[in-house]
Amino acid sequence: MPEKKEKTTRRDFLYTASFTVGAVGLGATIWPFIDQMNPDKSVQALATTEVDISNIEPGKSITVLWRGKPVFLKRRTQDEIAEARAVSLEELKDPQKDEDRVKDGKDEWLVMLGVCTHLGCVPLADKGDYKGWFCPCHGSHYDVSGRIRKGPAPVNMEIPKYEFVDNNTIKIG
Amino acid sequence: MIKISNIFLKTIIFSFLISFKTFSAEAIDPIKVDWSFKGLTGKFDRSSLQRGFQVYKEVCSSCHSMKYLSYRNLGEPGGPEFTEKEVKAIAASFEVTDGPDSQGEMFLRPGRPADKFVNPYPNNQAAMAANGGAYPPDMSVLVKARKGGADYIYSVLLGYEEKPAEMILDDGVYYNKYMAGNKIKMPKVLSDGLVDYADGTNSTEEQMARDVTTFLSWAAEPELEERHRTGVKVMIYLILLTILVYLSMKRLWSRIDTEV
Amino acid sequence: MSEHEYQPKSKVGKWFNDRLPLLSLASHLTDYPTPKNLNYWWTFGGILTFCLVTQIITGIVLAMHYVAHADLAFSSVEHIMRDVNYGWLIRYIHSNGASMFFLAVYIHIFRSLFYGSYKSPREVIWIIGILIYLLMMAAAFMGYVLPWGQMSFWGATVITNLFSAIPLVGESITTWLWGAYSVDNPTLNRFFSLHYLIPFLILGLVVLHIWALHVPGNNNPVGIDIKKPSKDTVPFHPYITIKDLFALLMFMIIFSGFVFFAPNVLGHSDNYIPANPMVTPAHIVPEWYLLPFYAILRSVPDKLGGVILMFSAIFILLILPWLDTSKVRSSVFRPIYRQFFWILVIDVLLLGYMGAMPAEGIYLLLTRVGTIYYFLHFLVVLPVVGYLEKTDPLPVSISDPIMTGGANVSFAKRNDKNI
Repeated sequence: MPEKKEKTTRRDFLYTASFTVGAVGLGATIWPFIDQMNPDKSVQALATTEVDISNIEPGKSITVLWRGKPVFLKRRTQDEIAEARAVSLEELKDPQKDEDRVKDGKDEWLVMLGVCTHLGCVPLADKGDYKGWFCPCHGSHYDVSGRIRKGPAPVNMEIPKYEFVDNNTIKIG
Repeated sequence: MIKISNIFLKTIIFSFLISFKTFSAEAIDPIKVDWSFKGLTGKFDRSSLQRGFQVYKEVCSSCHSMKYLSYRNLGEPGGPEFTEKEVKAIAASFEVTDGPDSQGEMFLRPGRPADKFVNPYPNNQAAMAANGGAYPPDMSVLVKARKGGADYIYSVLLGYEEKPAEMILDDGVYYNKYMAGNKIKMPKVLSDGLVDYADGTNSTEEQMARDVTTFLSWAAEPELEERHRTGVKVMIYLILLTILVYLSMKRLWSRIDTEV
Repeated sequence: MSEHEYQPKSKVGKWFNDRLPLLSLASHLTDYPTPKNLNYWWTFGGILTFCLVTQIITGIVLAMHYVAHADLAFSSVEHIMRDVNYGWLIRYIHSNGASMFFLAVYIHIFRSLFYGSYKSPREVIWIIGILIYLLMMAAAFMGYVLPWGQMSFWGATVITNLFSAIPLVGESITTWLWGAYSVDNPTLNRFFSLHYLIPFLILGLVVLHIWALHVPGNNNPVGIDIKKPSKDTVPFHPYITIKDLFALLMFMIIFSGFVFFAPNVLGHSDNYIPANPMVTPAHIVPEWYLLPFYAILRSVPDKLGGVILMFSAIFILLILPWLDTSKVRSSVFRPIYRQFFWILVIDVLLLGYMGAMPAEGIYLLLTRVGTIYYFLHFLVVLPVVGYLEKTDPLPVSISDPIMTGGANVSFAKRNDKNI
């Protein structure tokens, strides 16, 4: 009997080792087939867009495409800024100060992803109960700071990474 | 039995390899160069790639496009590996057509790393018109598109000689001893000292041919280093697993009176 | 499939199995009694299954990035090679996978020829196999067109022009295949569609191939009928699975060698030149696995004749089971046929070599000799040798090396081992 037992252990070790090594290899093989669906190098490289903002009048906005999504660039009037800042944080579903949503000293420029945080539709400008944006898909209302005020969307519209290259140019991404 | 099957496989593969080798016998065999990127663990010579790019930029790029490459590729691992700053500067030194702008006009702007290499000609017809009817081939995959690969490109660059007396060449056609048919529409471009290498390397004709061929080899196979690296790992892994499975198989079959 | 009744142990298993007997099927496949003396030539069935699955998976992935348009196909392939994550790996597996698939299928076919696996009662397995092989050639040919390089374009032109040899309707058929007046964008588009379809047809035929195999069971190197299950058989799992796995790993080492260290050696450099309808490359050659048939095509100076001969070379295999008159399956016991088998192997290799050579002079002569011999083998040698040959005595069973007629025991053993 002892002889047989020893045989079994060695066999078990061999089988376990083969299985383990095989499983590791299979796992490593699967990764390329998953990763190929991630954004490729050419997509990743197009991650920045530069926008000329010299022609935008106060109160007007333009929409540009960045990474396949619309970005709203709104030049707000002083009234709109004042209104956005007058709101107390308690009223907000996703409390955030307007000051935190714009760059210091560039209060009039609101740059945000024009994508409703509910299910990804593009909200309409100057619509809705808060004079900001209104999403036609499921009725989310945003204010002039792009913050969610009413409707199913959970959070404020996202502010992308951007910077002012000079006074007339914004680089998004 | 394994042995026999292996020999059989080899014979088949070998006979087909031969059939590819002994093909066209019009031009003489290219010079065999001991490229650093040959072999199972071959890598590109980084500084040679950078010099090669300089030759491409200052010499080749006035006629040859490289439309499948982007400036960002120059900074990617496995390539010339210029720094991010250098890549930006290189890209910015080219003028890229962009647009249309808000007025509907196309405009020129400095290149960005994401841009493709700028074409010297707006289209193939323009390229042909400017080069006596022969259009300079795109160089992105040139090394893969020529039998003999890097050796062949290198040889052609250095293969310009006086034509044999009996050969009649039309205007704009040159003699090259490595080119198939010995006639080439590209004039001899390289000459000693043509390029002022940024790293101070002496720019002899051979040096430039070697550098630019290295650069073109990378351009055609930018994945080469990663491929070699992965390949070595995969091979080691497979051999290990094969041994394990072989031992498992032997043990399993020891219960049966037949050999495996 | 019901040599033994399988009953799942769990209640749920039984409930499910009564409605869809998948568990019975799994049990059948696991326990499937397999001759224990199968040699490594028998592992290529498993290897081929692996090849098919690999081609389908990598192909589906490539189709996610590839663009089937004459203006974009070439650059989308470059995009895959340069930008897509692991795109180079997946494409090289797919392109070299085609070659490995054919390498395996040729070994599989020649194994069948050597051991007489096509003979009664396995004719249907063989015919399905030949249909699979035909579909493989179609899939490979169309796949080769997709990168839209020079060889793609001119290969497509030459092969589709074969159909123009058909009298009266040839031209119309060719135009219909093209969807244009030459190989063009519509051709590329439909080839892509069909290239995606065919592997699934192959998959279906493979199921039938294996089903048909499981009715009589495997042939074996000795070629005699065996009782199943008996002391001559082992359960498919784990004995055959692990042996197949071992062989598959050896195969994968060779496969990886090509993919990682010589990914373009089996291809043609001209296919890295974008398709140009105005310039034909100096030498048009198909991929290596089609070369023997290409040689047969070119051996005839007549257009229609060449096409007919080429297709005959493939279709003659369909009636092979009825051309071979010998009652003995395995060549181990057929001393005369065995010699002719190896001559056929050499002949096919020669034809393959000639297919890559220019069709002139000595090459053309050798090609013609090779072509004639190819047909002679099937039409004359097989039937005649079957009648005339005095075969060696067969053992009574695999385990029992007693010969009918009491011949030398060591003889069978020796041959069994060497082959």
